[in-house]
Amino acid sequence: MSDYSAASRSAGPGAGAAEEASATGGVRLPSAAAAVQAAPVPVEGAGVRERRKALPGWAHGWIVPLLVLAAWELGSALGLVSESALPAPSRIAQAFWSLVASGELARHIGASFVRAGGGFLLGGATGLLLGLFTGLGKWVERTLDPTVQMLRTVPLLAVIPLFILWFGVGEFSKILLISLGAFFPVYFHTFLGVRSADRKLHEVTKALEFSALQQATKLILPSALPNVLLGIRLSVGVSWLLLAVAEMMGASSGIGYLIQDARVYSQTDIVFVGIGLFALVGKLSDSGVRLLEKRWLGWRSSYKG
Amino acid sequence: MLEIESLNKTFAAPSGPVVALRDIRLTVGRGEFVTFIGPSGCGKSTLLKIVAGLDTVYEGSVKLNGERIGGPGIDKGVIFQEPRLFPWLTVEKNVAANLSLRNPEVRKRVGELLELVRLQGFEKAYPRELSGGMAQRVAIARALLRNPDILLLDEPFGALDAFTRSHMQEVLLDIWQRSKTTMLFVTHDLDEAVFLGQRVVVMNPRPGHIRSVLDIDLPYPRSRTGASFQELRALVLGEFEKVEKGPAVDVGAGI
Repeated sequence: MSDYSAASRSAGPGAGAAEEASATGGVRLPSAAAAVQAAPVPVEGAGVRERRKALPGWAHGWIVPLLVLAAWELGSALGLVSESALPAPSRIAQAFWSLVASGELARHIGASFVRAGGGFLLGGATGLLLGLFTGLGKWVERTLDPTVQMLRTVPLLAVIPLFILWFGVGEFSKILLISLGAFFPVYFHTFLGVRSADRKLHEVTKALEFSALQQATKLILPSALPNVLLGIRLSVGVSWLLLAVAEMMGASSGIGYLIQDARVYSQTDIVFVGIGLFALVGKLSDSGVRLLEKRWLGWRSSYKG
Repeated sequence: MLEIESLNKTFAAPSGPVVALRDIRLTVGRGEFVTFIGPSGCGKSTLLKIVAGLDTVYEGSVKLNGERIGGPGIDKGVIFQEPRLFPWLTVEKNVAANLSLRNPEVRKRVGELLELVRLQGFEKAYPRELSGGMAQRVAIARALLRNPDILLLDEPFGALDAFTRSHMQEVLLDIWQRSKTTMLFVTHDLDEAVFLGQRVVVMNPRPGHIRSVLDIDLPYPRSRTGASFQELRALVLGEFEKVEKGPAVDVGAGI
């Protein structure tokens, strides 16, 4: 009763205080009494602002996925989405744990890693070497680059049938397909990087009597490194993409096979587990390259990580 | 000793050959400090490039210690307008460049030189952390580490502000007096030319040639405000203005 009357009595000045407070950003409040009255509007605003600041930077990226997951789980629980098309996150998690427990998941991931890693190493190393050669020598560039440019325009997926005819559907053709895809980004960016070496610094190395080897290791390689790492990052992405393709075209293990096999038996939850795994390993390998960038390119003032 | 005799240099341009340098004759003794001044296009940088061995297509004879200059080398230290440091190397590694800091002799010399150019404490800094003047001093230390017979400086302080520039001029004179290296210094700043050089070479453009060579008989350290300094400055300015006024009487080369 007394509360009610107090509120009604101060309704006028309270509203005024609220306006005043919001005009000054809700930071300064005219008086303690007004603060109680004006509490609902400006203080809540300040609270949200503080919470936003309190949230660490890395957590921001998780807001949207977590909201989507919550809505998804809720939708499944209420029967709004079909269980066979979009199984609940909790069911996907269950499927994940049972695959982990049976050891099957480790087997698939292992197989995929060998293929993607092998293909990436083979293609990346070839791309790096050829990129260095074509970058260093005009003659090599004139000889090799047109051919490479031509091959690049062929859609990789179009050569799969040829690979199957030549090498069957075994490991070799899978690794070869991945290495072919991993080759191009590293090749082009290494070439670009070598060519981006500063002409003025080149003059300095001549004046300081650098040997040919010193020029390569102390000028050209460091100059090319940012581009090379970019090429490697792109190439890692292509490797995972082609891994999925290769494993779906015929395999008995690997994440791609896991997905394909689950599709045949309409195990949508396992399909989701596979997709999630691809997302995870893709992100992890990308972060790995970024870590190298941070360590090796720390001298760049423009480096924004 | 540097001997330049009947040096001619022609550039091929789309509109036909352009004479960049005509009949340059100059002798610079060991340990001498010579400054070159002239308007842009007078070929002073081209001349320096030829002495550095970075440009080997010319007529005439350019000899360092009796030997024809056939290419770049560590006996000719070059300081460009920009410091041209390796951005991925720290200061001390930039000075060492292709020499190993693991060699105790190199390490000791690098330390001494960084002290000479007043950069002790910045051994581990990266070029992007340095000011323009500091970076240029690293470049000077890098050249001096190779014990060059001659140091060629192409408008090295042109990009610096007035205070840093006059400080750097004093640092350079200090280095010169202590290292006794022959200095060829190209500039477009009249005060700088008179303040630094024992001789000032005034050059003419189109085609680039030497208009006159003036002795600056002032003891170091010089005072920029002294009467004799101002007198000599006016003398060089007079030559310089004759140059600026275009097709002056062709007096040919100075000695």
